[in-house]
Amino acid sequence: MGMRGSLRSAVDWVGAHPVSAFFVFFAVFPFLVPYKALATQVLIFGLFALGFNLLYGYTGLLSFGHAAYYGLGAYGTGIVLAKLHLTSLWGAIGAGLLLAGLGGAVIGFFCLRRRGIYFAMLTLAFAQLLYFVGFHLANWTGGDDGLRGIPQLKLGLPGLTLSLESPLGFYYFSFVLVVIAVAVLKRILDSPFGAVLQAIRENSDRAVACGYDINRVKLLSFVFSAMFAGLAGSLDALRLTVVPIESLYWTTSGQVVMMTLLGGAGTFFGPFVGAATFLVLEDRLSAFTESWPLVIGAIFSAFVLFLPRGIWGTLMGGFHGRQSA
Amino acid sequence: MFDVTLSALAAQVFTGLVLGMIFVLLAIGLSLIFGLMTVVNFAHGSLFMLGAYFGVFIFGLTRNFWLSLVVAPLMVGALGLVIERFLIRRLYGRSPDDPLLLTFGLSLIIVEAARLIWGKIGLTLDPPRVLAGGANLGFMTFPVYRLFVIAITAAVLVAIWFFLERTNVGLIIRAGSRDPLMVRALGIDLSRIWLLVFGIGTALAGLAGILAGPMRGVYAEMGVTMVIESFVVVVVGGMGSLIGAVVAGVLMGQVVGLTTFFAPALAEIMVFVAMAVVLLVRPSGLFGEAGLLE
Repeated sequence: MGMRGSLRSAVDWVGAHPVSAFFVFFAVFPFLVPYKALATQVLIFGLFALGFNLLYGYTGLLSFGHAAYYGLGAYGTGIVLAKLHLTSLWGAIGAGLLLAGLGGAVIGFFCLRRRGIYFAMLTLAFAQLLYFVGFHLANWTGGDDGLRGIPQLKLGLPGLTLSLESPLGFYYFSFVLVVIAVAVLKRILDSPFGAVLQAIRENSDRAVACGYDINRVKLLSFVFSAMFAGLAGSLDALRLTVVPIESLYWTTSGQVVMMTLLGGAGTFFGPFVGAATFLVLEDRLSAFTESWPLVIGAIFSAFVLFLPRGIWGTLMGGFHGRQSA
Repeated sequence: MFDVTLSALAAQVFTGLVLGMIFVLLAIGLSLIFGLMTVVNFAHGSLFMLGAYFGVFIFGLTRNFWLSLVVAPLMVGALGLVIERFLIRRLYGRSPDDPLLLTFGLSLIIVEAARLIWGKIGLTLDPPRVLAGGANLGFMTFPVYRLFVIAITAAVLVAIWFFLERTNVGLIIRAGSRDPLMVRALGIDLSRIWLLVFGIGTALAGLAGILAGPMRGVYAEMGVTMVIESFVVVVVGGMGSLIGAVVAGVLMGQVVGLTTFFAPALAEIMVFVAMAVVLLVRPSGLFGEAGLLE
């Protein structure tokens, strides 16, 4: 046994109980990073990447337009609070989720008419369409200036009111929602539906031959993925109290692609590992140089070339390799 | 009053045609590369931008626009050769998503490098005196330079058509995009053809860039929206179809030009609406074969 034995049993426990492991790690996470805001960002962008990963990592569909659903979630929540002046926190989050889900259903319907590489280009094109719509609907979205005036809300629970203004308060509020999302993802992946998703990724022709209506399954995966991304957008709108127009821009789509691939597409924790890596890199590099996207672009390209399984995928592959050896 | 509107409309149709020419040059390069190699080159827009910057650079050295017009695309094509030979080639046999992801990473590097080298403020590129000013077409006057862009694109299209249809290498390229396995079985080394086609496709992006420079200005982000719109052109025309790229490029130029005339706010949006309509009616694009390379 010794060190390696206990490390292996720890890894096995994480593999067997991913949601519990997630809960334990992120419960203490804010105290492991230099400042609390970074911890919240990792949670939110990890959730965004988790949604992207459901579609790319588990269903095999590369979306280059996930900014659309993140942005729809953010604007849905922001418009309800800042333009319609409702004060319900859950109503605002629900509106974001609903808008992202609807957007996913409509855009998914169009994009799923084509497969493979076309799909990636179509998702990108539709996201760009939404960006321009958001840009011109300035009465609702604030246009180029972004949507401002989102109030900071209090969380009303029976017999208890929590302020979300403190960074730590907001972190644990997001933490609860993200843990629920992670548990929902686990439930989806373990269901027969989740098995069909992975069958489509491995061999979509065979999935058709087995009698599955793969277009319906793909569309449902698309909508779920969009709603995870939408929840992330909604939380980010509440965190920042503003929705910048860049939320819908293709650079946001590119970020979630990079985060997921850095961490490891098709792995359970990869999106969060990737989000943390990306955000810490961005934070550190931007202190040194304005040209940090150049460095991140180079790191990402190197990962595509040499470490396509990403950080988490490569680590876990190493463990499994040793186990079988 | 009516005449004024009519000539303004005619000018807009011509402006749309010029934009269409830029789309066509970009889409043909994308489509050639995709048809033969099933690689979607996300870096196409940043190579377009490099074409314009290289043009400014050569022009600064030589004060000769014509030389820049020839050398800048060749420089971009040479960079394309390096990218294919040393980076993309490693990804053959992997998922077709991987070259797209790699070239996305490369486009970030290229755009940021351009900002670093040439600064964040845009540069200008002046057309030579012969091409300055306007030409009186009878019903309207139109900038000579833009007419030149239309003419040179037409000439390039004829050259590409001749190359693909009338030369042996062109025959191999066409055969290679139809049935690569059979071409290799006949003893032809396709990897050299891939290299060549990637070089030609990226050089066309560079040519589009230097041609667009005097009209749109030269700045690091100039390729970003262009590449997305060129993807739309390729999807509308039908992936891998060159005639589709030409027709859809001209069509999309008109969509943008005419929407700008009637409802400026909708100009960027209409491109994508047109794409959605084509996808609903003909999912494989105007000239695409259903199921090809999916």
